[in-house]
Amino acid sequence: MLTSLKRIIRSGWITFKRQGGFTVATIFIMVITISLMTCLFLFQRITKFSISLLQDKVDVSIYFKDTSLEQDILGIKEQIAKIPEVKSVEYVSNEEAKKRLLEKYPELTESLRETQGMLNLASLNIKAGQADQYAAIANFLEKAPFKNLIQKTDYYQRKLVIEKIFSVTSAINHTGVVLSLILVIIAFLVAFNQIRLAISNSKEEIFIQRLVGASNWFIRGPFLIQGVISGFFAALITLLIFIPLVYFLSPKMEVFFPGLNLFSYFAGNFFLIFLIQILIGIGVGVISSIIAIRKYLEL
Amino acid sequence: MIKFQKISKIYSPNIVALDDVSFEIQPKEFVSLVGKSGAGKTTLLELLLAEEEPTQGRIFFDNQDIHKIKKSKLPFLRRKIGAVFQDYKLLPSKTAYENIAYALEVICAADEEIRRDVPEVLEIVGLSERFRNFPVELSGGEKQRIAIARALVHRPEVILADEPTGNLDPYHAAGIIRLLLSINELGTTIILATHNKEVINKLGKRVITLEDGKIIRDEEKGRFIL
Repeated sequence: MLTSLKRIIRSGWITFKRQGGFTVATIFIMVITISLMTCLFLFQRITKFSISLLQDKVDVSIYFKDTSLEQDILGIKEQIAKIPEVKSVEYVSNEEAKKRLLEKYPELTESLRETQGMLNLASLNIKAGQADQYAAIANFLEKAPFKNLIQKTDYYQRKLVIEKIFSVTSAINHTGVVLSLILVIIAFLVAFNQIRLAISNSKEEIFIQRLVGASNWFIRGPFLIQGVISGFFAALITLLIFIPLVYFLSPKMEVFFPGLNLFSYFAGNFFLIFLIQILIGIGVGVISSIIAIRKYLEL
Repeated sequence: MIKFQKISKIYSPNIVALDDVSFEIQPKEFVSLVGKSGAGKTTLLELLLAEEEPTQGRIFFDNQDIHKIKKSKLPFLRRKIGAVFQDYKLLPSKTAYENIAYALEVICAADEEIRRDVPEVLEIVGLSERFRNFPVELSGGEKQRIAIARALVHRPEVILADEPTGNLDPYHAAGIIRLLLSINELGTTIILATHNKEVINKLGKRVITLEDGKIIRDEEKGRFIL
């Protein structure tokens, strides 16, 4: 058993070295496949980042009556934070709100001074994870014991915009998944076809091996080993291509997506990415070999 | 040991390769199959290797119906047979040494055995110097001798030789026949399909003559008569 395994591995390695052109072509195709998968991995990071950026802009604000005290509002904040649908609650104090307002509209300085501190602009900004959760939060607020402190919520005003934003982000998400799946299938088929071509060139050789008395595993084994070796080298080459590529592209991406550092994400997930690349390379190599060779072993 | 029982092989209604052929071969026998091209000699050997299935009839090897053997068990039958094919059937991606060693590797022979037997058999067929060469770098005669070396290196029970001298000069042809005879004397059954009249007449062994897929003669000490 061990002797056979040793011979299978040696035979796979020798054939891998001797096949020259076919080996290079197979590795090249697999590099393209693994690169595509790596791009998809990084793309989903960019998509998630963009979606969270967009969703972060969505919130519902609660404004309080002028007579409401800050400690009451902070108490309400704590109660709201306990609602499962709520992702975060931000308290904007009266002073902070006025400061923000004046930064945006300096011409209101005079009008605000006239109110002489009577106007309470304090608010709570609530963010939820999903669009439909805002309705639940609004519903909760309408029935809450502290509802008499609330001047108004802007949920119904912003309902349409919120739903629109969430439907757009969900569409982006779904399109990304479907596109990724299609690309994965195409990449797999291209790699499979290359390996199938390489194995079909060995059709006569497989037939002879059978006539000499080789078992199916003894014939299949070296092809699987070649698949494993090709997959490993393809993964290694892809990684070596992506390190400088991501390094140089990352600052350019940051121009379009401020706050997104793709290289630090790549470096932080280096081993995971390499593992995924190796698994894809070896997986595609081995699965394609098994499927392609099966036909010739049935002769 | 080997029994062909009412074997017919029909490729299409017009092409009858074998027609109701029956004969038996005893252990340690040396049997020659003769006949014109297309008489059915190669088909007989292909059927014995389970490379083809008969249209009718049964073939027994050691009392086992060959065509009832499961596909997964066929390698075990084939390991008992050493075959020399008309078109050599050498593995193109392997060197002469590796081609011969392959027959030992599939039967899980030890590495020492391979290192000892392969050079020995290369010496016997006179190709010790060519062990590193790939089939594409060998002449027809050299390929033939490598094929013979591969067929006998694992000491099979039976050797099937389809025109083993077809591409050899008289000197090497005589050497190969002498080799087959000595292997036969050591107890291996030999089935030789050939056109070589001189070889058959010198052998003085059993000859089965085929014509249009039928046995027309089966003589204990036969001669080449067509």
